[in-house]
Amino acid sequence: MNSLIPLLVAAPLAGAALLLLGGRALDRFGHWLGTLAAALSFVFGLVLFFSMLGRSTDQRPVHVQLFSWVPVNGFQADVAFQLDQLSITFVLLITGVGTLIHLYSVGYMAHDERRRRFFGYLNLFLAAMLLLVLADNYLLLYVGWEGVGLASYLLIGFWQHKPSAATAAKKAFLVNRVGDVGLSIAIMLMFTDFGNFTYLGVFGAAGQASRSQLTAIGLMLLLAACGKSAQVPLQSWLGDAMEGPTPVSALIHAATMVTAGVYLITRSHAIFDLAPDAQTAVVCVGAVTLLFGAIVGCAKDDIKKALAGSTMSQIGYMILAAGLGPIGYVFAIMHLVTHGFFKAGLFLGAGSVMHGMDDEVNMRHYGGLRKYMPITFVTFGLGYLAIIGFPGLSGFFSKDKIIEAAFAKGGTEGWILGLVTLVGAAVTAFYMTRVMILTFFGEKRWQADDEGHQPHPHESPSTMTLPMIVLAFGSVFAGGLFAFNSSFLKWLEPITGHSEGNSPLSSLTVTLLTSACLLVGVALAYVVYGRSPVPVTPPVGSVLTRAARRDLLQDEFNHAVLVRPGSALAAALVYLDSKGLDGFVNGLAAAIGGISSRLRRVQNGYVRSYALSMFGGTLVLVATTLLMRSV
Amino acid sequence: MNPVNYLYLAALLFTIGASGVLIRRNAIVLFMCVELMLNASNLALVTFSRLHGNLDGQIIAFFTMVVAAAEVVVGLAIIVSIFRTRHSASVDDSNLMKL
Amino acid sequence: MTSTGEAVQFWVLAVIAVGGALGMLLMRRAVHSALCLAATMLSLAICYLAQGAVFLGVVQIVVYTGAIMMLFLFVVMLVGVTSEDSLKEQLKGQRVAAVICGLGFGVLLIAGIANAKLSQFTGLSEANAEGNVQGLARLIFTKYVWAFEVTGALLITAAVGAMVLTHREHVKAPATQRELAAQRVKDNVQLPPLPAPGVYARHNAVDIPGLLPDGRIAEDSVMGTLRERGQIRDVSQDMLRRMAELEADTADWLGRAPSARPTAPKPRQELTPVPGHEEDAE
Repeated sequence: MNSLIPLLVAAPLAGAALLLLGGRALDRFGHWLGTLAAALSFVFGLVLFFSMLGRSTDQRPVHVQLFSWVPVNGFQADVAFQLDQLSITFVLLITGVGTLIHLYSVGYMAHDERRRRFFGYLNLFLAAMLLLVLADNYLLLYVGWEGVGLASYLLIGFWQHKPSAATAAKKAFLVNRVGDVGLSIAIMLMFTDFGNFTYLGVFGAAGQASRSQLTAIGLMLLLAACGKSAQVPLQSWLGDAMEGPTPVSALIHAATMVTAGVYLITRSHAIFDLAPDAQTAVVCVGAVTLLFGAIVGCAKDDIKKALAGSTMSQIGYMILAAGLGPIGYVFAIMHLVTHGFFKAGLFLGAGSVMHGMDDEVNMRHYGGLRKYMPITFVTFGLGYLAIIGFPGLSGFFSKDKIIEAAFAKGGTEGWILGLVTLVGAAVTAFYMTRVMILTFFGEKRWQADDEGHQPHPHESPSTMTLPMIVLAFGSVFAGGLFAFNSSFLKWLEPITGHSEGNSPLSSLTVTLLTSACLLVGVALAYVVYGRSPVPVTPPVGSVLTRAARRDLLQDEFNHAVLVRPGSALAAALVYLDSKGLDGFVNGLAAAIGGISSRLRRVQNGYVRSYALSMFGGTLVLVATTLLMRSV
Repeated sequence: MNPVNYLYLAALLFTIGASGVLIRRNAIVLFMCVELMLNASNLALVTFSRLHGNLDGQIIAFFTMVVAAAEVVVGLAIIVSIFRTRHSASVDDSNLMKL
Repeated sequence: MTSTGEAVQFWVLAVIAVGGALGMLLMRRAVHSALCLAATMLSLAICYLAQGAVFLGVVQIVVYTGAIMMLFLFVVMLVGVTSEDSLKEQLKGQRVAAVICGLGFGVLLIAGIANAKLSQFTGLSEANAEGNVQGLARLIFTKYVWAFEVTGALLITAAVGAMVLTHREHVKAPATQRELAAQRVKDNVQLPPLPAPGVYARHNAVDIPGLLPDGRIAEDSVMGTLRERGQIRDVSQDMLRRMAELEADTADWLGRAPSARPTAPKPRQELTPVPGHEEDAE
């Protein structure tokens, strides 16, 4: 049974190799081949999941060593997989949502001539992501980590003929590199501190390590998580990453890859538990990103960018929860899974809307679409209810638990975090309601384009609606399923540990507060957008709105703080190099050249002149010899 | 008279030969000067042979003559071929070695 | 100490040798230099003989003056007897520096020899006991046999090298008579054969140019060497002058008035070459 574990990775990897190397012969059925590879992986995951369910709790984690990768004395790196409750959760999420999105892409990319390549990249992503979550050591995780980065780069820039897509891909790649450097430094620190980097070895030795060592590793891991999960301060790439095809946004930039940071922190809980300073940093990053993403999401008119802000904000919730320690790990993962369902559903819904609206992304040009695309409306609506935390749906259970855990942190810290998460919940309700109203309610606002072509909104084909329906089911029921009898908590607790904490508020109070916030947000959005017609051209807005439209000036900030000083430093170095070093070297060369051109005249080419110098030399030699003898 | 006088003569001839190499431009005369220098050294060798009372000096002088003969043959051949191509026997005209 | 006879001989030979060397150094013509050098070498040969190196003395005469100097003379003839160094020194300061260096070197050598303790000498009477040639032969074929063999190789190499260096390779086939004729038509300078020299032959007609129809002389009918030397005899001019003299004598004898006398043509001032033949005149 354990031999299926490598096959989890191998199936999509083989699919990717086949699709990318197979050539045009595969154009006709390549998309189905890719979908089959993903589905196969999902089936393997299910089989492994059920077999794991059948074992007792302490028998559940299994370990498979495939081969020895770098067998050097004192440096052992193996290609080995570890499948435990945490990994299988991710495996099911990745392969399940991945398969649905493959299916969706069959319809969405039907008219793209490079569809085979697209599916090849998607399979490559699946393989890398599965490697990431299945690895039993940090080095192999790093391979997967880079692999998903590569796939993300390739897929964001899939429409590379658009300069904006090419630039966005490059930006995502570069910002991710910063995080990757953090991860590689963390691995190097592990090696110097503990001598190896398997989970088992590192976590076993973490107890003996000093707090400063653990804090350093933790902060580097946090940097890595920030890069991959688009957390402040490395958040700037996610909004631009929406240039990629919508299925990519749904799979990579909403459901799976961006949650890799949460996985990394949860997986490294043994380190973070012993490094409270690093944990505090994690919580701060989560809290700041939560509000940052929410505010950005409120101002965007581009439906995908609004959803991207939302993703950032929701991952902020997860990171915050993961930073809370044992109180929050389980809920971080739980929110991750439910978020995977509803955010993927929302993105697919957005893709469906764009599909029907001739790739229009500006929500101010939508309006009243519920009549034209009922299935999309219903599935998107269920996803919407789930994300704002409507009681009884997935988001309600997971987000409620995180807010509860934030309060349970205790002390002033707990109050601040609790309030931040509550405000976040309210803002989430506001901006999601705004998206909903702008897209599906009100008057129709679309216009003919420059060529007089009128969009004809229509429902998407069944390959696209089917995944949306399945994901909508997940959005509705997953949370309840996980919360029922605390099943998810019991499932994950052996891996991550859990403690209840001491919440100053009762569970019911938190739920009521959350629901109140939710109501306030929805009501506010209705007042602003629902009661009066929405202007097609956006109003000027307040300073905050204008800033939020520009992603709260993140690019300007990066430009001013990083790019400009960097350019200035480079210019100074170039100046120093060209004037200082080159000047010195050139001066030396010129001096030698000048002296040489004068000395050259001695070489006049006349043999007699040379003979004279030889004769003179002989004269001097004889004279010296005689003088030395006489002395 | 002391045979050392022969050495003085050899030194004088050698110096004249060396100066000739430096002063004359005709390649043939230049060669003659070289021959004079060789002859001067031969005279010195013969004189040394007499001073020391063994024949090794004469043997060396003999070999010098042989080598000089070979050198003259090759050198004159070179001069002839240079003259053919450049129509000049002056060593100053063959100054292609300069830049 | 050596005999007085040898001393006298030495001083005479030394003067000749140094004089020859200086002559070689100072003569402008290569031929004269070669002859001066031969004198020096001969006197050196006698010096060898006087010092008991009989074999070397003979070899010096045979090989140096007989072979090498003759080779030099051959090459001088080949390159041109008249080729002489121009007096202008092209290298600035070369001559002065050479003289200074030479003087310094000579002074150094002589001072060095003078400083050496060489008042005693052994003499060769013992070494030459069985004869100089036999003594040398014994050494050459025993102690120096390897060097002797190698010298043979050297000589062979030198001979082959000289042949290779002086051998002229024809890079293209020499022009045939037909090609030469075609070339002459193409150049269009002198198509027919050159005119024959003159016909007023009394002794050597080769130096008398033929006359052109208009009475001018055809200069290229005379061979280039004579032309170069200016040894063309203008016979027509000569005859006219004589005719004029004859007429004058007749007039004198008949007592005619000067006005009735025929006028002789004025002698040509210089030879005017036929147009288009300037190149041949070189």
